[in-house]
Order: sequence, then C-alpha cells, then structure tokens
Amino acid sequence: MKKRSLIPIIYILFLMLPIYWLIAMSFKTTGEILSGFSLFPQNWTFENYKVIFTDPTWYRGYINSIIYVTLNTIITVTVALPAAYAFSRYRFLGDKQLFFWLLTNRMAPTAIFALPFFQLYSAVGLFDTHIAVALAHTLFNVPLAVWILEGFMSGVPKELDETAYVDGYSFPKFFGKIFLPTIASGVGVTAFFAFMFSWVELLLAKTLTAVAAKPIAATMTKTASSAGYELGLLAAAGALTIIPGAIVIYFVRNYIARGFALGRV
Amino acid sequence: MIIELRNITKSVGANIHIKETNLVLKTGHFNVLLGATGAGKTSLIKLMAGLDKSTSGQILMDGKDVTKLSTQKRNISLVHQFFVNYSHMSVFENIASPLKVVGMAKSEIEDRVEEVAKILQLQDMLKRRPNELSGGQQQRVALARALAKESKAVFLDEPLANLDYKLREELRDRLPEFFADRGAVVVYATSEPEEALLLGGYTALMDDGRITQFGATSDIYHNPSNLMSARVFSNPPINVTHITKRGNQAQMGDQAQWKLEGDAAKLQDGNYTIAIRPNHISPVKTLDNFVAITGKVQITELSGSESSAHFLAGSNNWVSLASGVHSCEIGQNHQFYIDPSHCFYFDSNGKIVA
Repeated sequence: MKKRSLIPIIYILFLMLPIYWLIAMSFKTTGEILSGFSLFPQNWTFENYKVIFTDPTWYRGYINSIIYVTLNTIITVTVALPAAYAFSRYRFLGDKQLFFWLLTNRMAPTAIFALPFFQLYSAVGLFDTHIAVALAHTLFNVPLAVWILEGFMSGVPKELDETAYVDGYSFPKFFGKIFLPTIASGVGVTAFFAFMFSWVELLLAKTLTAVAAKPIAATMTKTASSAGYELGLLAAAGALTIIPGAIVIYFVRNYIARGFALGRV
Repeated sequence: MIIELRNITKSVGANIHIKETNLVLKTGHFNVLLGATGAGKTSLIKLMAGLDKSTSGQILMDGKDVTKLSTQKRNISLVHQFFVNYSHMSVFENIASPLKVVGMAKSEIEDRVEEVAKILQLQDMLKRRPNELSGGQQQRVALARALAKESKAVFLDEPLANLDYKLREELRDRLPEFFADRGAVVVYATSEPEEALLLGGYTALMDDGRITQFGATSDIYHNPSNLMSARVFSNPPINVTHITKRGNQAQMGDQAQWKLEGDAAKLQDGNYTIAIRPNHISPVKTLDNFVAITGKVQITELSGSESSAHFLAGSNNWVSLASGVHSCEIGQNHQFYIDPSHCFYFDSNGKIVA
C-alpha cells in the first residue's frame, strides 16, 4: 500500500466510525450494549429491526415523516420556482432587498417559531396533521430553495427564453418544456436540501404533532423515556433513518457537485 | 413581406436605446444592420421581433400594425450571437421544436428536418445533444431551427461572431443561399463592415441608437451621406481631419495641400472636415495626383496580402492600408500618399458636400 493513501484511509475510518457503531449496536441486545465494550455484536440479533417493522407505533413514525417531508419538498419546489424565476429575470423595486430578506428567514432558530406555529395551528385545526409540519418547514426551506434556484436560473441566458418565444412557445409551455428540463439539476439540488432539512428537523415536527402525524424522531425520544433505555431498538431506528437520506444523496450526487461549481450551494 | 418601422423609439428609464427610427425592410435580399457594439442593433431586432416593447412608434408587417403583437404571433425566426439550443433535446428535436409547437404532422416534420439538416450538413448529428457538438455545429443547429420554420422574417443577430474565422467565412458565403427563395425579410446584424459588403443587399448604418444611412450596400459604401456613416462603414477606422479651402486649393494644416476638383472645387471657401478610407492612403506613390504627407510610423501590421501602418502626422493618427507587402520601420518618419480623388468632404454639421 502506498504511503500517501494512508491518510485518506484513516480519515474515512474516522468518518465511518460513528455510523459503524450505530449499525453494530442495532444488531446487539440492550444487555450486551450495557455490559461493556465489544467491537462486533457477540450475539447477532434482528429482534430490534423486527420490533420496528411490526410495531405500528414505530413504523408509523417513518411513514409520517416520509409523508410530511415529501409534502414539504413538493410545496417548497413549487413555490420557489416562480419566485426564483422572477428574481433571476426581472428587475423591480426592492428586488435585491427582498432577495436578502428572504434569507434572513433562515437566520432565526427554528425554536423561535415553535410557539407561534403551535398556537396558530391549534386555532385553525391543523394541529397534528402532516400538512402542518410540511407548511412549517417551508418557512425555512422556501428561502433557501429560491436562493439556490435563482443561481441556477441566472446561469441560463435570457436568450433561451427569447429563442423559445420566437419558436412559438407560450410562457407556460416554455417554462415546463424548455426551462425546467434545462435547470433540472438545480431542481434536484433544491429538492435534496428541502428534503434533508425537513427530514432532520425535530423541534417543530415534535411540537406540531401528537399521535396521528408523529415523526420517527419523536417516536424515538418517547420510547427512550418510557420503558427504560431500549438502546438496541434505538440504534436500529437510528440506522433506518439514515437510509432515506442516503438514497436521496445517491440520486442527486452529480447535481450537487454541479451546484457547488455554480457557487450557490 | 415588408417590415416597416414608423417613428420607433425605445428608452429604458433615462437611457435612450433607439432614437426615432424610420425604416422599410424588404424581401429578396439581405438587410444588414451595421454598427459598432452598443449602436442599438440588438435593441432594434428585439423590437422587430416583439421581444421588447417600443416606447413610441409603430411596427408594421405587410401593412398590418404588429406593434402590440406578441413574439409568438409574429411568425419570425431569430438566431442569437451565442449558440442557444435546447440542451435537453437532441439536434433533431431542436430543429423540430418550432414545427411541433404549431402542430405540424409528424411525417411532415421529419421531412422538413431532414431537408434543413441536409442544407446545413447536420444529417449525421441529428441524434446527438447540442452540447456534444462544436461551436460551429451548434450555431448551425440554431440556424437550422430558424430555417425549418416557415417564418416571414428572419433575424440574425451577429450569428457568426462567436465562430472561428474559417467557419465564419464558410457559413457567411452560404447564408444568402439558405434564405433565398423564402420570401422572408432577412435582417442581419453585424459589427464588421466587410460582412456587410460581402453579403450585399441593403445596409442600414447604425450609431448611438440611430440609423445614420440606409440604402443599397455598395451605394452607401461609396456615397456616405454624412460623416458618421463614413465612420461606421470603414474598417480599419476611416481617417478624419480638417482642411481649409481657399479658391481651388485645399490646405491641411501645414502638412499638405492639393488642388480641388469637381464638386469640391465649387464649395464656398472655409473650413471642412474630410474623411479618407485607409485604402486610399498608400505608402507608395502610384498616381501623379497623390498628395504626400509625412508621418511617424507607430504600428505596422501584415495580414496576408495587405499591409497596414498607423502613423502620426500633425496631431492626427492615420491609418494606411495597401495591398502588397510594404515595410515601414517603427518610430521612423515615412512618406504616405493621399488619393485626393477619394476624399469625402463634410460641412461643419457632418453632412456630405462633395
């Protein structure tokens, strides 16, 4: 082995260590986890995963999370597309200020909005619904989505719009058939960031739900406090939460690289 | 097909992009818009294409007022300076796109694309994506899209500017043939006087948002109506200086003087501005009536069969352009010869007088 490949290998080992530990734990019994240090599971058990896939309070958590995350991603991209187009193509009074102001929405911690959202949703009857969490997350995702999409759209010359009009495309047709496919990678990157934020955000999701729309992260905290520490079960649940993110990253990995190259991600 | 501009103006905020313009463009020949970068060529094309709204005035196509008509409804084609193609579509789909929009039958589209691809030699690339092609090929795809559509007006906005010079020559030679027999008004914007001369037809000279002269290309080349037009239609830049006329003598500072002939001799005595094209200033005396002028050589350039020299005489920078190879040493004084029979004389308002 060459000497210079040693450092990246060590680096990757360090990166993988926590994930390995989580996955190893998920195949151990809670007793073994508590009994001391072991590099590999001494008694392999799939019991933890079995519980998650058979107990509705567990797997409903995943389903709930996936529902509101998907909803959020769809709403975010749909809302951000026209906004980003306007910012990239038109000059209007206060456009730059407005663009900056959008970003300031992200500068506040999510916790600040937990109480107002809770009160508002309780008042209008949205509490404990998937759409409630999805909408709450758009407050943070839409500004970022507009920011990212604007970067991609500004990279497309205005001449493309003009060429399409000359060819006879109406604006909606141009937008759907020409413009969107042209910035497909930007839409991919945007969807990825919306998905990721919504997937890992815990506080709002936990505050705005009780039973019907309870996300997996909330399920995990509750289980931990009720029946003692089910460490193996928690580890299995944690390992499973990595999977959706990993899948999404796999699909958009090339787009993200391009997004970084464009300087907006 | 006739495009007519009536008192068209365009301003954005306090900036005037197009000053009051009247122009009638016809079919059967190229209509060249010639002007430096920023002269308003693209602005004018955008107005005619309906991509921008004019501030005042009317645009008529075949006598019909289209000023408020959208681009989509004007039935035009446009090729930009930069290669604009739909990157997610194949070359075939790119060329077919304007035909698909109007709902042409599939077999008809295939025939038409086939035909256009043949003209532009794109047959082998129809299945590829535009970004897999070279710049020249991409621009040919854009041209093909413009050609495929049965449009009534074709706008070519410096379509060859971004191509390397060999491709440019090749495409330029064939452009008129592509658009012949189409019955469409062809408008071609360029910043190069040579292109205007090569394409022939009619030329509108543009400067600072205004058309300074419009007419048959060779006609306005030989007879500029004003100083600005003479400036626009010359490359390298035309030499401009001042003379004083007394009797039939023209006195140019203390550097040269010559006997005026023809119309120039009949002018009132006084001060005039003259313009001489670089190719009428020669480093050798070939005719007896040539007027000598001494200048300090600053730059010399050899371009194949022509040699040009920039020199300083009096307070003016001059350019001479002559066929053949002439060597002048930089920094040395050298004699150049003006051909007075090819001088343009302008009055103090820049209007031509002789």
